[in-house]
Amino acid sequence: MTNNRSWIPYLLILPSVAFLALLFLVPLLQTMWLAFSDNGLPSPANAQRMMADINFSRSIRNTFLLTLAVVPVQLAIALVMGTMVAKVGRGRETILWVWTIPLGISDLAAGLVWLSILQNSGYFNSLLLGLGILERQASWLSYQTPVALFFAIAVAEIWRGTAIVMVIIVAGLNQVPREFKEAAEIFGAGPWTRFWRITLPLIRPALQSALILRTVLAFEVFAVVYALGGRNFPVLVGEAYNWQNQNQNYGVAAAYAVLIMIISLAATLIYLKVIKVDPERLP
Amino acid sequence: MANIVIDRIRKSFGTFEALKEVSLTINDGEFVSLLGPSGCGKTTLLRIIAGLETSTSGDVLIGGKSVIGLPPKERGLAMVFQNYAVFPHMTVYENVAFGLRMQKADDARVKTQVEKAAGLLHIEQYLDRYPNKLSGGQRQRVAVARALAVEPKVLLMDEPLSNLDALLRLEMRTELKTVLQSAGTTTIYVTHDQTEAMGLSDRIAVMHNGMVEQVGTPVDVYNYPATRFVGGFIGNPPMNFIKVPVTNGQVTAGSEPLKAPKETGDEVILGLRGEAVQLAPLPLGLEMKVRVAEPMGSHLLLTGSIHDQPVRVILPSSETVRSGDVIGLKLDPNRITWLSPESGKSFPAATAR
Ligand SMILES: Nc1ncnc2c1ncn2[C@@H]1O[C@H](COP(=O)(O)OP(=O)(O)O)[C@@H](O)[C@H]1O
Ligand SMILES: [Mg+2]
Repeated sequence: MTNNRSWIPYLLILPSVAFLALLFLVPLLQTMWLAFSDNGLPSPANAQRMMADINFSRSIRNTFLLTLAVVPVQLAIALVMGTMVAKVGRGRETILWVWTIPLGISDLAAGLVWLSILQNSGYFNSLLLGLGILERQASWLSYQTPVALFFAIAVAEIWRGTAIVMVIIVAGLNQVPREFKEAAEIFGAGPWTRFWRITLPLIRPALQSALILRTVLAFEVFAVVYALGGRNFPVLVGEAYNWQNQNQNYGVAAAYAVLIMIISLAATLIYLKVIKVDPERLP
Repeated sequence: MANIVIDRIRKSFGTFEALKEVSLTINDGEFVSLLGPSGCGKTTLLRIIAGLETSTSGDVLIGGKSVIGLPPKERGLAMVFQNYAVFPHMTVYENVAFGLRMQKADDARVKTQVEKAAGLLHIEQYLDRYPNKLSGGQRQRVAVARALAVEPKVLLMDEPLSNLDALLRLEMRTELKTVLQSAGTTTIYVTHDQTEAMGLSDRIAVMHNGMVEQVGTPVDVYNYPATRFVGGFIGNPPMNFIKVPVTNGQVTAGSEPLKAPKETGDEVILGLRGEAVQLAPLPLGLEMKVRVAEPMGSHLLLTGSIHDQPVRVILPSSETVRSGDVIGLKLDPNRITWLSPESGKSFPAATAR
């Protein structure tokens, strides 16, 4: 290619850049301006108001606790499921398809599914009553039972969001040639050693992608929490929603949005650093 | 002590019979090749010996002990895979050390063994690198070093040179022979390349359609193929097969009668190595129509027909034969393999030994 045509690549990526700029960058900058301005002048007022709110620290704590509880469990379950399905011959596709059904359900619908199970007159209580374990309906989702509520939300989130992790893990596992595991087996590695010393290091890129995606999504948790706990369990996105819709205060809502973005970016950076993918060490 | 007995091994994948009762004995310290075309079941047999695949029936004994129920690591063997299977996330050193680490060897022993194996395969200078940065030939060496570092009783290799280019393959072949001769390990070597099998092996087991057609030294399988398949598969050019009529227990090749084995019927197939012929004047010699003459430098390759059946013969490069010539050939009666047209098997009694 000659020099005077070097602008062609730029021309070709221009539409996608323009598209991103219009629909992503502009709203992003607007949100940031909204968060850090007051009456048209730069100001930390919104951020201060956000932090002074009684729900601020609770929502931060709840969001982080939920992320810490949900993501590792999801990763572990996804690894187990992925390893199991790799051993299945016939019917593998069907099993994967069934396992990914929760992916096709919107998060609000997922929340409502679990609400119908866990509410006072729900299936769970009916089961316990039927088995004679309970004498009368117990309540699991009220502000008086914060631990049960936390568990309920965590379980619902795990049910809803594990499939995406598993899909990525399965894709990663499929990339690992059978001979690596067989060579390890020949040279004396048991199943456990093979998993930790061979499989896990070789699916590092998939692990990294799955963790980043899942963690960012965990920080954005909202609909499931809203359906199950309402305002009994404040989370960051829920607070942004309340400031926007209930309080009609777009500035503070924008401040929450920016905070969530910063946390997500930080988490991504940490994963990129901690689970470094060295191209030299890939197959 | 680490002899291997393969006893009537069968393997079916669904209704497909990949191995149809294979039996083979490999002596302690011997180098045996499993040679055959792609898809004949070589890899399947090797994986059954290794314990990576279960057999449908039959037994495998290593050192006199049945290993058929044992996991691979308890069989005392090492393996070199076709695509090397060198771990990309470990340095060359850790790759070579892998088997020793799994045996919980102490660091001092790991170090001596790794250095010894690396020295044999000339990879000392790469020990700190990752395999990704190595060429195919170097990765190949790492895979062999990893196998030798554990000093296995039995070494299994599945087409270890097939991913290398021709020149490197020749070089690695010679080197493998040197290394393995000094190690004295019982080795089973899978290949579809007959020159590799001929060059490396003490004995060759020629496989075809899930069966072992012949087991013998390279010279034996070359000179006395047990079946038409073996003769056609081994040698370059492959053995020529000429169907001729038998009259009064004799076959006429030119004006010279050849005595046919007494088991033959009305017809017999002459299995003729391309180089087992000499030029002879015409009514005396067997008539060959030369279609193409190719002077190869070291020899003269003639392609044409005898009795309207295609043949390839080799003459010394000093002879002058041109495309289109009709020549006479004298056959060496000791180097003719007599084959039954019905079964494709050779008549062993008649074949000079
Ligand atoms: N896991 C398997 N499932 C079904 N068929 C197989 C399997 N492995 C091998 N085969 C079949 O068995 C035959 C022998 O295969 P293989 O031992 O790999 O041949 P080779 O190594 O001699 O080329 C082939 O026809 C192959 O398609
Ligand atoms: Mg093979």
